[in-house]
Amino acid sequence: MTQLVQSKNAGVRPSPTYIVLKTLLYVVLIALALFTLIPFVWMVSASLKLDREVFSYPIRWVPEVFHWENYQLIWSKVPLLTYFKNTATIALLVTFIQTLTSSFAAYAFAKLRFPGRNTLFICYVATIAVPWQTYMLPQFILMRSMGLYDTLWAIVVLQSFSAFGVFLMRQFYQGIPTELCEAARIDGLSEYGIWARIMLPLSKAAIATLVIFTFVGTWNDYMGPMIYLTRDVNKTVQVGLRRFIQENSSDYHLIMAVSVCSLLPVSIVFLSLQKYFIQGIATTGLKG
Amino acid sequence: MSAYNSSEYRRRQKKYERRKALVAYSFIAPNFIGFAVFTLVPVLFSIFLSFVKWKGGAFSTMEWVGLGNYADIFKTAKVAEKGLGYLFTKVDLGIALKNTLFYTVVTVPLTLVCAVALALALNRAVKGAVGFRTIFFFPYVASMVAICVCWRFMMMKDGPINQLIMAMGINYNKSWTADSGMAIWSIILVSVWRNMGYYMVIYLAALQGVPKDLYEAATMDGANKWQQFFHVTLPQLRPTTFFASTMMIISCFKIYDVVAIMTEGGPGRSTKMLVTYIYDEAFSNFNYGIASAIAMVLLVIVLIFTLAQFSMEDRYANN
Repeated sequence: MTQLVQSKNAGVRPSPTYIVLKTLLYVVLIALALFTLIPFVWMVSASLKLDREVFSYPIRWVPEVFHWENYQLIWSKVPLLTYFKNTATIALLVTFIQTLTSSFAAYAFAKLRFPGRNTLFICYVATIAVPWQTYMLPQFILMRSMGLYDTLWAIVVLQSFSAFGVFLMRQFYQGIPTELCEAARIDGLSEYGIWARIMLPLSKAAIATLVIFTFVGTWNDYMGPMIYLTRDVNKTVQVGLRRFIQENSSDYHLIMAVSVCSLLPVSIVFLSLQKYFIQGIATTGLKG
Repeated sequence: MSAYNSSEYRRRQKKYERRKALVAYSFIAPNFIGFAVFTLVPVLFSIFLSFVKWKGGAFSTMEWVGLGNYADIFKTAKVAEKGLGYLFTKVDLGIALKNTLFYTVVTVPLTLVCAVALALALNRAVKGAVGFRTIFFFPYVASMVAICVCWRFMMMKDGPINQLIMAMGINYNKSWTADSGMAIWSIILVSVWRNMGYYMVIYLAALQGVPKDLYEAATMDGANKWQQFFHVTLPQLRPTTFFASTMMIISCFKIYDVVAIMTEGGPGRSTKMLVTYIYDEAFSNFNYGIASAIAMVLLVIVLIFTLAQFSMEDRYANN
């Protein structure tokens, strides 16, 4: 087979049908890539125009004059900085609490024996199948009675203890040989020591996946903040953008400028860590 | 003496076991307490709520109505009188169910076909494959509000999409999201556009797992590329397709964000979905019991697909 492949690659010239098919493939791929990218291009383009230019006929993709001042204007129209701060606070807190507590719990589920282990784990598995939308109302009633309504903490506790994190980490820990833990136990390491010095360093890939998905999921979350955060000082970027759209519904250029700003942080995270995204989906295939 | 020893031993053994269990619980507690309070309790509470009438005031104003909320959302009395057609044309729940189902039935196959096509294209030796993969996946991580409002603008009366359509000779100049016939299609388009990259990644991983010798054997048997695709690739992808479609069906039934930003369920009730209906009853009309009853309908639908997925996974794992 290797010989076959080599001879094919080293072949004097590929057949004409091969060239045609290959060209066709690239044409289709480039067309689909354009279809995927055009909304983003349009967004950036519109954000640099005057509002009356946005829907000009025929459409101009490159604005005549680049109106960078749109990007200055939006900061005075909405407390965008507050929104960013709130979202970053929530996303970082959730990511931290989620990763720490779920890797902690997953260690016990994967490597320790204790009464009630299976029952407790079944509780987690069973709720993975229950959509959040079916219990968002009772959760809201509960949080309101705890005084968490319209505080950032509401979103933090709502996102931090998902069954998904425990599930993912447990899956990964089960793949680590138990002998490693036993050896460490004989060497006198406590269970906490084993978790900190052996399991954590070995699970970097799983943690990276969990961190990225939690961060992006929290950053982009819309429905949670929409239900819980009403005062402007507490709003996240997503609900802030929504408020801006409702209040300035015909300032298309400014809405697009705020949209571009709201996309930047996740885009940077995604582009720098995309390897982990792809690996994470390919191996777990979870989290729709 | 020996009796003393053995009971002493047993006591120590017990103490040791108890300490071990305590250590284990200490690992689980931080997550489990949060999980129990904010997920487990609300899940159970929501079942209970679907049997009461409550506007959210003091707990004493709660009134047990049994299956009353369910009879109310299904309008059982009216439907019994006027037939099933009435449910799907006049009743809120029926319309929400019909819209959600239509959205799901169109979105899932469209997304799957796009995802498979993209994965097959990128699975070959293509220049810039990583770049293409990044582009196709990007919409999935981009925040909903920004991309949905952008699409809504692009689909406006004088927007670029209608300009393109007019240039192609089709006479259509309405805002998609304000046209009761087109609104749901605008939501489908955005959903497919957003999700195809995600499922492409899943298919790419699956294609990598197809054993190469199957293709060699097929080539030996004289199968051409098309035959290889239909007799080797597709059958090998079947478990992935099943997994991806149940996952997508479930997430389609939970659709909310796109609708909330693009159409708010309108015009009229043309894009009212199950979750939009739950949201409106819960947070706009404060009919907590009704909202919970609709939530149970959603739960039952999702559970059916989840169970199907579990049982099929077992079958694939055993084969």
